Formats: sequence, structure tokens, C-alpha cells
Amino acid sequence: MSEIAPAAKPAFSQEALKKVETIYNRYPADKRQSALLPVLDLAQREFGGWLSRASMDYVAELMGLAPIRVYEVATFYTMYNLKPVGKHHVQVCTNISCWLCGSDGIGEAVKQRLEIEYGQTTEDGNFTLSEVECLGACVNAPMFQINDDYYENLTPETAVKIIDELANKA
Amino acid sequence: MSEANLVLFKNIHIQGQNTLAVAQQQGAYKRMEKALGMSGEEIIQEVKSAGLRGRGGAGFPAGLKWSFIPKDDPRPKYLVCNADEGEPGTCKDRDLMRFDPHLLIEGMIIAGYAVNSKQGYIYIRGEFYREAEVLEAAVAEAYAANLLGKNILGKGVDFDLAVHRGAGAYVCGEESALLNSLEGEKGQPRLKPPFPANVGLYGCPTVINNVETLCAVPAILEKGGAWYSKLGVEKSSGTKLFSVSGHVNKPGNYEVELGIPLKSLINDYAGGVRGGWENLKGVIPGGSSTPVLIPEQCETILMSYEALAGAGSMLGAGSVIVMDKSTCIVKAIARLSKFYRHESCGQCTPCREGTGWLAQIMDRIETGQGREGDIDLLLSVCSNIQGKTICALGDAAAMPVVGAIRHFRDEFEYHVKHGRCMVD
Ligand SMILES: Cc1cc2nc3c(=O)[nH]c(=O)nc-3n(C[C@H](O)[C@H](O)[C@H](O)COP(=O)(O)O)c2cc1C
Ligand code: SF4
Ligand code: FES
Repeated sequence: MSEIAPAAKPAFSQEALKKVETIYNRYPADKRQSALLPVLDLAQREFGGWLSRASMDYVAELMGLAPIRVYEVATFYTMYNLKPVGKHHVQVCTNISCWLCGSDGIGEAVKQRLEIEYGQTTEDGNFTLSEVECLGACVNAPMFQINDDYYENLTPETAVKIIDELANKA
Repeated sequence: MSEANLVLFKNIHIQGQNTLAVAQQQGAYKRMEKALGMSGEEIIQEVKSAGLRGRGGAGFPAGLKWSFIPKDDPRPKYLVCNADEGEPGTCKDRDLMRFDPHLLIEGMIIAGYAVNSKQGYIYIRGEFYREAEVLEAAVAEAYAANLLGKNILGKGVDFDLAVHRGAGAYVCGEESALLNSLEGEKGQPRLKPPFPANVGLYGCPTVINNVETLCAVPAILEKGGAWYSKLGVEKSSGTKLFSVSGHVNKPGNYEVELGIPLKSLINDYAGGVRGGWENLKGVIPGGSSTPVLIPEQCETILMSYEALAGAGSMLGAGSVIVMDKSTCIVKAIARLSKFYRHESCGQCTPCREGTGWLAQIMDRIETGQGREGDIDLLLSVCSNIQGKTICALGDAAAMPVVGAIRHFRDEFEYHVKHGRCMVD
């Protein structure tokens, strides 16, 4: 059936749909909108690490919500990526405790290694670098988060080493 | 003042404490069993007599908060654990959740039973993905052992518990914003009153407590409110987790009794100030919103709610940020102003516009573009924010600026006059 198809309309896999059911069950049956944040998170994971307009519309339809409700929420929270991000999203905390402990040096080292600035993605689409607010690991500063994992007590050297390892795996 | 790790961190270093089997070897859920044999009223009384105050920042007495939940009200009651932990400098709840999740679950079952709630939620900041996984696993184990769910341990008590991840918004730590977020909305604070005790989650009576608050509950049930109230000092009873970060030799989360001298906390627990005590420039005692203390104050100040309020600051979440003499105070505060601008939810004009101004003016002073009158302008913006907003985020943005100008005005003036820092 495939000619040159338009970008596929997003849809959850059977497995993801099962997860959606589990999420729904956490909330009273008549309070389904409570599931919106977790379902958007799931959508982001399923649909390439970010939320396109089409993904949001899909979630709205799936949950029986007006699309505007979904856009409102998706744009309010920083963890929803509204444009594509690299395979590894490196989020450097530069808030006070990390700054006191040398996060500037971490940021510099990673920028040099990846040859990009905060807010940019490497050409190969492997890494996106972001500056973020306190991630709640302040006693192990400086630190960054890459996808779901925290890397703490960093030095510029260990920071670059972590990036190298991920780059080699990719 | 020597008995550390008494209550909250008692088992935190035990290998495998996150699993039910190991936690139960240490007595987990025994306190819950005891609680289920008491009346809700008795439990609330015990927590009141313990003098336990909320550890999320405001220090409101936990037992009193629980007693506000209406008794003869047909609506469901909810118990929500605030695990949003987003105040810069604060990272204590994370350790409780990742290393001793069953302690939190047990505390929640007890609290839920006390206020006649059958449904609890743990609202955890979204970035804490691994911690949420640990919690989910612990919740699943507790369900499998009938410690959660229907007819817990055959005692006729029902309590369900779910973990709900946020998605990256500091303001969702504010309790009413948290509720909106949990309802699947933007996390914007609600006007109060009505208070959550009456109109909370889904419009029903709701108790919201911090992770650390709930984790203190099992020990109170085990050893009694009277025992707990003897820990710490008057009006600030019990132990407290302090996250000590910044320029200390051994940053970390430490459990000590409330009322410990700040100097002892820094020297005896956190390994002292980098370069020695004489190298101390200032301490932010309770997280990013609490006004900075100068070394003279740090010599003698006690870490209690009252003493810190008396010194013009706050205990907050107990997040001690230590700065040595190499720190540019203007830059430190400018960084915080940037944070508050980023995190303002935008509902109230004084906060939305004010945090933007603060960040802008702080930034220009810091980068040497400061203008004459900027310092007074900062103070004027602050006074136009404080007390004029829906939630306390506005105040939280203003307080560190006002506090820093109070103690370090000369440094601000130097910046404006010379276009650079007196520190480098
Ligand atoms: C902007 C803002 C952020 C807050 N963030 C948190 C937080 O991350 N965790 C928390 O427990 N309380 C936070 N609070 C305080 C809560 O609103 C609430 O007072 C607290 O969760 C009550 O629990 P407690 O009585 O056990 O301290 C925040 C308050 C404000 C105004
Ligand atoms: S004070 Fe700020 S964060 Fe709080 S409700 Fe108003 S605009 Fe939102
Ligand atoms: S300041 Fe970086 S994790 Fe808190």
C-alpha cells in the first residue's frame, strides 16, 4: 500500500495502549484528564522524543480532550520538547549550587566537545545540549541529566568522558 | 545534639533498603499496623503532640493540617505527597525516595488512614525518573503484600496509592498548582481560600504534605509524640534533613536535630567551609528563596524556624547553600533571579513582570551595565511584588534580592559604580 506516504499519522502501539490503560486506572474514572501529563510523556517517548502538533492532536483524540487543552499543557511544562531533540539530551544544571561548584566549566567542556552551544543539536542529531534549572541533586554538584539519568559530581574531564562513551555507543 | 540519623535516615545506608524484604527486617510497616489499631483522631493527636511541622518550606504543623479535614463529609478525601522538590539547593526528598521508599509509603498509609482517605498520590518532579521507578517498584511490592489496596492486612482499611510524575515546572511544588497539575491542567496556583483541606483535588478535601514530613510519621507512631517532641528545640521539634551544598568540603544531606548551630552543621557534618571558616562569605540557609546570612550571623545562629526568622531569613526546606569569599554575591543572586523569571507561571502581573525586571536589572548590574538608582529600583520592584500575588513564588523571588541588598549593598554599589565585581 505504500506509495510515497505522507508523514505517518502518529498512533500508539498495542503495548503503549496497554500502558495508557494502566495510567487511566490511577485516577477516578470520571477524572481522566489527570492522565494527560503521563500520556504526553508516553507520547513523547513513543514518537521520537518530542511532541509534534500531530502527536498532540493524537493524544487529544485518544483522551477525548479538546486539542487546545493538550497544547496548553504541553507548552507549560519544560519537559515536553516541542521540537525535535537529539538522541541524547544533555541538560546541564547551572543553578546556584551547581554554579558554585563549577557548572560553567562543565558547560564549556561539553560545548567544546560537541561543538555546539546551549539550545543546539549536533549535526548528526546525536546530542542536544540544554541549560536547565536546579535538578534537585545539589549536594552532588555539578551535575547534568542525559535522558532519564543523572550524572553527578562531575568534573570537565568526567563530563566529556561520559559524552564520549555515549557517542561511541551511538 | 549528637543523635543524628535518628528518624528519617535511620536505615538509609542499608543495602537493599528500597526492597520490601529488607525494609521489613528493619521494622517497616510495623508502625502502620499499630496505627491501624488506633483511631484516626488518636493518630492526629500523636502527631500534634510530636510538634511535627511541615518540611516543605512553610513549617505548618502537620497534625493541625490533618485535623482540618472535615469528618462527616461524604466526599472522598485525598492525600497528596509533594515530591516536586524544585527549590534550588534542595535535594533531600530524593534521597528518602530512592533509598527508603517504603518509609514514605508507610507514612502515607498512616496519614491516609488518620484523615480517612482511601486514595493517595505521590506527585514527583518529572526529572526524577529513576526515583519514580524506585517508588513504582516499592508501591507494586506493597500491593503484592496487601499493604496497599483493599482491606489492608485484613484490618478493614482500604488505601490506594499511585505515583504521578510532573513534567518540569518548579511552580508545581506550590500546593494548589500541584493539584491543578495532578488534574491534568497547567500547573498554575489557585486563589486561596478555599484551602485544599476543604476544596482540594477534584474539589474534595485534600491533605498535601512534603515527603520528609510524611517520612517522620512512622517513628512518631513507634516511639510516641512525646519522644519526638523532645528532639530539637521548643517550637522546632524533631530532626530535619539539611541539604548542605556549595563551598563546603563534604556537601551532603544530613539529618540532625532542629536547633543545631549552623556552624556545627557546616563544620561537624559538612566538613567545613572550603578554605576554612574565615573564608566564609555568606550562607543561604533554607533554599534559594531565603535571604542570605552573613558570617557574623553564621557564628551563632541556630537552625530553627524561629531563630532564622529572627535573623530575617527562613528555615525553608533546610537547604544550606554555603558561599566562600570567591563568590560574587551579585552574580549569585542574579542567577536566582533568572530562575524565578523562568519559573513564574505568569498569572499575576506583579510576579510575571516583576521577576522579569529583577532578572534584567540584576543581570545588567552583574555584567557591568548597572545604572545609578538601580539598587533602589530593585527594592521598589520587590516591594511591588511582595504580598501582591496569588502564590508565594513572587515573594520567593523578591526575598533573596532584598536580603542580599540588606547585607551586601556595598558590593552592589561597587558593581554599579565600577562596572565590575570587587571579588575578582
Ligand atoms: C513556589 C513554591 C514551590 C514549592 N515547592 C515545594 C516543593 O517542591 N515541595 C514541597 O514539599 N513543598 C513545596 N512548596 C510548599 C507547598 O506549597 C506546601 O506548603 C507543602 O507541600 C506542604 O507540605 P508540608 O506541610 O508537609 O510542608 C512550595 C511552595 C511554593 C510557593
Ligand atoms: S505569584 Fe507568580 S507563580 Fe505564583 S501565581 Fe502569581 S504569577 Fe504564578
Ligand atoms: S543547583 Fe544544580 S542540581 Fe540543584
